[in-house]
Amino acid sequence: MEIFKLIMLSTLAVVMIISAVMAILSKEMPLAILASGAISLLASIFFLVLASPDVAMTEAAIGAGLTTFLFFIILRKTEQNKSEHEK
Amino acid sequence: MLVLLFGIFLFQILRLYHTQETLNPTAAYYNTNTPSEVGAANVVTAIVVTYRGLDTLGEVTVLFLTAMILGYILRQGGREKTEKDTTSEILITAAKVLIPGSIVLGVYVFINGHLTPGGGFQGGAIIGTAITLMILADPLHSLRAALLHFVESMSGFFYIVIGLAGLIFAGGFLDNRILPAGQLGDLFSAGAIPLIYSLIGLKVGTEISSIISNINETGNNTVKL
Repeated sequence: MEIFKLIMLSTLAVVMIISAVMAILSKEMPLAILASGAISLLASIFFLVLASPDVAMTEAAIGAGLTTFLFFIILRKTEQNKSEHEK
Repeated sequence: MLVLLFGIFLFQILRLYHTQETLNPTAAYYNTNTPSEVGAANVVTAIVVTYRGLDTLGEVTVLFLTAMILGYILRQGGREKTEKDTTSEILITAAKVLIPGSIVLGVYVFINGHLTPGGGFQGGAIIGTAITLMILADPLHSLRAALLHFVESMSGFFYIVIGLAGLIFAGGFLDNRILPAGQLGDLFSAGAIPLIYSLIGLKVGTEISSIISNINETGNNTVKL
């Protein structure tokens, strides 16, 4: 049981680090936003495994849900701004 | 060099870290006395709403101030109606399916805050996410700001009223024992905790919604500080 938990947590950690690097290095903005949302989602699974479901729920609702959508709204507004300047 | 120093620093933290095997005295007190004193099945909720209720009031006030200041700065610009609607059909259809479900989930989370994990802040954030998705799918649709502000002010007002009622009828400010404690694990139990957490949930949800709609309705190049 303990070894299974350890393997699962290390896999999660590795995927989190990969998506963090992807969020920084990606040239495509939507991909970077999705990667940063994935970090929060995996972090919330982490919190759930470490026996703190309240924090996990907060992380999933705010980090993975609200922030990702907010970034998409801001992305669209800045794109509009850019295209208006180019006219 | 800097990375090396940082690594040594982090290694020291990792080396000196020990997991606690037993609960510290405060946590042990909360764990043993919460069911009898407060009557909430979720100990975290009992601490957030009752034992540390004043801190929660402070958090809600910080969020309220943020919403007000953002509204003040962003609303100076006024709205531009010239935006083109370029939302994809997939997003609109998915939003129509997801939004009612997310709002119901948010309400469920904050009503059951004293029984299951989650509570006012989480439920409010889920409702705010649903509203954000709605704005993302249909950016020209504007929310009724007056209704949002009314719900927000009323929840804040009744939160304070319940707190003061605790001061008069029970042990202190934000004491939940103004209502009967009920059976542990029932929906209507734990005194005023479900009431307080529902008000917090409504308040957080409307605040997040009004922040997002303010950001959405600000025109380009119109923010002057």
